[in-house]
Amino acid sequence: MSATVGPVAINTFREAVRDRVLYNLVLFALLMIGAAILVGEISIGIERLVIINLGLTAISVFGLVMAIFIGVGLVYKEIEKRTLYSLLAKPIRRWEFLVGKYAGLLLTLAVNTAFMTLGLAAALFYVGWRFERSDTSILVAIYFILLEFALVTALALFFSCFTTPMLSTLYTLGIYITGVFADDIRAVGDFTRNPAVLGVTRAIYYVVPNFHNFNAISMAAHGNAIPFTLFWQNTLYAALYVAVLLLAASAVFSRRNLK
Amino acid sequence: MNAMSTPAIEILGLTKDFPVGFWRPRMRRSLDSLSFQVDEGEVFGFLGPNGAGKTTTMKLLMGLIFPTSGTARVRGRSIDDVEMHREIGYLPEQPYFYDYLTARELLDYYARFSNYSAAERRERVEKFLERVGLAAAGDVQLRKFSKGMLQRAGIAQAILHDPPVVILDEPMSGLDPVGRREVRDIILELKKQGRTVFFSTHILSDAEMLCDRVAVLAGGKLQGVGAPGAIVAIKAPAMEILFEAREGRALPAGLAERATRIGGRCRVEVPEEGLYAALEQLRGCEARILSVSPVHPTLEDYFFRLVGGTAVSRGLEEISR
Ligand SMILES: Nc1ncnc2c1ncn2[C@@H]1O[C@H](COP(=O)(O)OP(=O)(O)O)[C@@H](O)[C@H]1O
Ligand SMILES: [Mg+2]
Repeated sequence: MSATVGPVAINTFREAVRDRVLYNLVLFALLMIGAAILVGEISIGIERLVIINLGLTAISVFGLVMAIFIGVGLVYKEIEKRTLYSLLAKPIRRWEFLVGKYAGLLLTLAVNTAFMTLGLAAALFYVGWRFERSDTSILVAIYFILLEFALVTALALFFSCFTTPMLSTLYTLGIYITGVFADDIRAVGDFTRNPAVLGVTRAIYYVVPNFHNFNAISMAAHGNAIPFTLFWQNTLYAALYVAVLLLAASAVFSRRNLK
Repeated sequence: MNAMSTPAIEILGLTKDFPVGFWRPRMRRSLDSLSFQVDEGEVFGFLGPNGAGKTTTMKLLMGLIFPTSGTARVRGRSIDDVEMHREIGYLPEQPYFYDYLTARELLDYYARFSNYSAAERRERVEKFLERVGLAAAGDVQLRKFSKGMLQRAGIAQAILHDPPVVILDEPMSGLDPVGRREVRDIILELKKQGRTVFFSTHILSDAEMLCDRVAVLAGGKLQGVGAPGAIVAIKAPAMEILFEAREGRALPAGLAERATRIGGRCRVEVPEEGLYAALEQLRGCEARILSVSPVHPTLEDYFFRLVGGTAVSRGLEEISR
């Protein structure tokens, strides 16, 4: 299996690099430098809070934008440009192609995030922060962000197996936003006590991935430890969700006629 | 030919319907119970005008689209079997590749799907870049490639893993005369190595020159299978005469109205049996003959006549027997 998935993943990564996707890092660096200088000026003891909040939020937003916009084009572009024809003529199954594309984008996001993490560390260092044990929660928060990328990429890939990039973007964004507010939506439904509304809000709550659980930014910013159970819960939840989405994507894509 | 050997390609009642129309899609049949076989070691031409269903057939064979009914086998293996792809090479119609890669990187990428060691892979990539005349362009990104160069890269990736069966969709299209000649040489070389080549074209002369047998497809239906000679024989022979009329001499009636003037020259097309009579007439008016050559109708002309005339379709029935 890895014999066919690996090359596809690496090629996907190479495409992202050559399309200058990693240039977003320049923007991130500028943001961090600006923030560090600004916070250094005011300096009222909240440097750490501000830098971590801003840094992690930026890591998350930059990555999500990449996950969605590259994710929806992963398959579509290869069909549209017909680069897929000569590839699928090789002994590779369609699901292997999908998993390869998926892994390639995750690799891109991971490398991108790794560089941003270094940038964040540099900014923290600049404002005079000396690293402590509790700072591991920053790394856990970043890990959760990566899990979020894995989920969003899988959603984008799934939609792009049967619809246009435009609609895939819309669906993925819609689900992401719904997922961020999943808890609130459920609370609203419970509050109305209307069985019909309750049914709908509960259904949304259970179907849509609950992205709220993956947000540990404020915990990290306040230096709070992230519970171990949350770590495993999120890991398992994301793995399961991604597996289901990839299976569904493979099922759809394996039957599809390439135009 | 060994009668006991498994055919290279067996097409068994392949039928493909495509939905047409956006709001109320109906199904339109693009391929209608196509059946024939390509024998091991043959160069087999797949002829037909644009829209005949050649590309559709090849995409069905490669598993890029799925048949409405029917199936096919390559060297005895079902086309649903991914392992079949180890034994087959495919050049898509008007191929396009990852334009951020160089030709060398592209071939290296595709070679990774066959089980070669890194050293073998490198050696192979160089060999096939050389083979299709891209050795000097190995480090050029494919976005800078011309159509002809893309076609060459496409041929290289199709034969890179030494497949016993090679499927080429319009391999000569987009190439200049030198390029066409090189592709013909590659096809003949593949044949010499005992491989089977199944290629589509809408240009009759390509098929005449290369093929052991051809299948003719029109409107999604098989019109006939046979030696290309059988098809050439049906071709209504016509001769083209190019000449300069003598100053002050009128052209004889019968030629005058049929001749077209191009600058100082005239061109006239006559049926083969009327050639000598026409030449006599031209001698009579002291015209200077520049050239006499047979007119090669394209398959489009050929099928145009197939639609209009009965004589040709009778000929086709003959070859299908
Ligand atoms: N994806 C598709 N959707 C709808 N019609 C198609 C599709 N692909 C091919 N066709 C139709 O099938 C017929 C055969 O096309 P094709 O196989 O490309 O012909 P050829 O390669 O012989 O020129 C054409 O009428 C074409 O319009
Ligand atoms: Mg075609």
